Amino acid sequence: MTRELWKGNEAIAEAAVRAGLEAYFGYPITPQTEVLEYLSRRMPELGRTFLQAESELGAINMVYGAACAGVRVMSTSSSPGVSLMMEGLSYIAGTEIPAVLVNVMRGGPGLGNIAPSQADYSHAVHGGGHGDYFPIVLAPASVQEAIDLTVLSFDLAEKYRSICMIILDGSIGQMMEPIQMPEMKPIQRKDWEWATNGKMGKRERRILTSIYLDPYAEEVTNLRLLERWKHIQQDEVRYKEYFLDDAEFVVIGFGTAGRVALSAVRAARAQGIKVGLLRPVTVSPFPHKVIDELVQRVQGLLVVEMNTGQMLEDVRLSVKGRVPVEFYGRLGGVVPFPDEVLSEIQRVASSRLSLEVNPREEWFERMMAH
Amino acid sequence: MVTTAPNNLVYERPEGFTDTPTHYCPGCTHGVAHRLVAEVLEEMGVLDKTIGVAPVGCAVFAYNYFETDFVEAPHGRAPAMATGIKRVMPERVVFTYQGDGDLASIGMGEIVHAAARGENITVIFINNANYGMTGGQMAPTTLPGMKTTSSPNGRDVETQGYPIRVSEMLSTLDGAGYVVRRSLHDPKNIRLAKKAIRIAFETQIRGLGFSLVELLSTCPVNWNMKPVDALKFVEEKMVPYFPLGDYKLSAGAAQIKI
Amino acid sequence: MPAKGWIEVSDLYCKGCELCISACPQEVMELDMSRLTPKGYHPAHIFTDGCTGCAICAIVCPDAAITVYREVTKAVPTAA
Repeated sequence: MTRELWKGNEAIAEAAVRAGLEAYFGYPITPQTEVLEYLSRRMPELGRTFLQAESELGAINMVYGAACAGVRVMSTSSSPGVSLMMEGLSYIAGTEIPAVLVNVMRGGPGLGNIAPSQADYSHAVHGGGHGDYFPIVLAPASVQEAIDLTVLSFDLAEKYRSICMIILDGSIGQMMEPIQMPEMKPIQRKDWEWATNGKMGKRERRILTSIYLDPYAEEVTNLRLLERWKHIQQDEVRYKEYFLDDAEFVVIGFGTAGRVALSAVRAARAQGIKVGLLRPVTVSPFPHKVIDELVQRVQGLLVVEMNTGQMLEDVRLSVKGRVPVEFYGRLGGVVPFPDEVLSEIQRVASSRLSLEVNPREEWFERMMAH
Repeated sequence: MVTTAPNNLVYERPEGFTDTPTHYCPGCTHGVAHRLVAEVLEEMGVLDKTIGVAPVGCAVFAYNYFETDFVEAPHGRAPAMATGIKRVMPERVVFTYQGDGDLASIGMGEIVHAAARGENITVIFINNANYGMTGGQMAPTTLPGMKTTSSPNGRDVETQGYPIRVSEMLSTLDGAGYVVRRSLHDPKNIRLAKKAIRIAFETQIRGLGFSLVELLSTCPVNWNMKPVDALKFVEEKMVPYFPLGDYKLSAGAAQIKI
Repeated sequence: MPAKGWIEVSDLYCKGCELCISACPQEVMELDMSRLTPKGYHPAHIFTDGCTGCAICAIVCPDAAITVYREVTKAVPTAA
């Protein structure tokens, strides 16, 4: 099959179409808008639903409605817009219905800027909306991976009646890369046993709601969500390994930071430094187990992120103080260069690392010294 | 409509209603509005293909009372949710049932844009001049001078602004096919309200755009009134501020004869 | 001679709000103070002759608690 040059945002849109996207609701926001624009042309030509909503609040609740009807539905946005969507996302989680949401992250907080950022990691991975729920969160590092994960996201969302979020940043959204598109799947609207699509003389009426007025019933619901999450943790962890077999040091980074780190790791390898890279693809569920295994045979870890160390906390949870963890981050929409990460790898490989230091504080001191 | 009544039956609880007693306070006209919607859906024979969208507010449990599929929206977002449902299942009948806090305050964006887009949905809008569920706070529809738990000295329009006349406002939008205000304060007006609800659903089924029936309704408990006195309050105080009438009757909707 | 009607008020649904009582054109309804529903309300009932089966009580009832009957002599208009 031929490879074509596609822009990340448009590639995600087309991948969703080919995965059977029946309805899209969105609102313009940079650096995500090409998804909306692309689908405004593509969906109507296929006789599918496209609607530009009045706000992200409107968009996510349209997604909520269409998801209740049992169709494959998606919205996309960027950080400030995703904040607005968190209300609806919590309701979708509480109603236990599948929906896909893509966040092309930008610098923040507040209006921030439109440059590539990973500052919404905690927002995505650790909830974001109110209440006890666990979203599946996927983090692509290339346009091809964004395509593959978009297709996967619908399957995961439906399999677990869960939210599936894809977090990427503007650099992947805006970048053009040679990719291979999946085959076009025909729309196959499933007759879900939970969908509120009208009784049509075939069944009793159905109700979809996130309200459980009786605390014991809500507790049962929370436990059901947690039980489902345990299955997801068991079966759906995905990550990429690079040069880990003989690695003495391991860099951990997701998305664009992981991609930049890979260049640095290759350069370090060329200099004879035994370093590898672990790039989580599912940042939720987080690959705790593989980190636990790595900790038993490496001398130290370096976490690289485009935020102040949000995933760092999850890494430290896996490490449990057994090996030193170091951190390097760039903030506010600044993307680290491979040289910067290489310097960090060299520093980590050549210095006496301590278990006692707080990696974020040490990094902060170094940042402020510059 | 004239029919012979077998078994002498003149009126019975509609089949569109479930057997569940409502949670509404005694004498609250939410129940009347519910009953009229259930009667209309039953008479139109569309219970089987209807999906209702419940709001947040007193009608949050509306999904318990109708013999149709139902979903429960976040506060104010029912029109957006209904849009999502209707767009992917245009052959179904979709309605929201919303109060004044839900629709005219927190959900103003959603309702205005659903109307502007001419969404083929029907909105039943209950205007009872206060937030009932949370215990009688000031709503966008609270009358000037009216005492509520959050306007204890009476709504002061200098600091708390003026009531919003939703039907008049939405009627300016080209996407609106049928927007009317009715009242539930006496048998005659209840009959007129039912007729309006029927026309609103017919508007939807014929694809004539957005339809909304605003119903002036009572809140006896939070108004500190007996149910009968609350009806008088609607007639004497609310109707003058919120005049009854057809605010938007599109050419298509005007053709509907029932 | 006016039509003769009668009603049944459901103890399950009636909340004793009195809207039917004030709406009844024949003024033949009142709360039955000798009885309580399972929820603890005095239900509405007809206390004297004169019901015509006009169904006004059912039209104003917020709880769809009232079933209305009328002696069939000819075609009758149904409730709104």
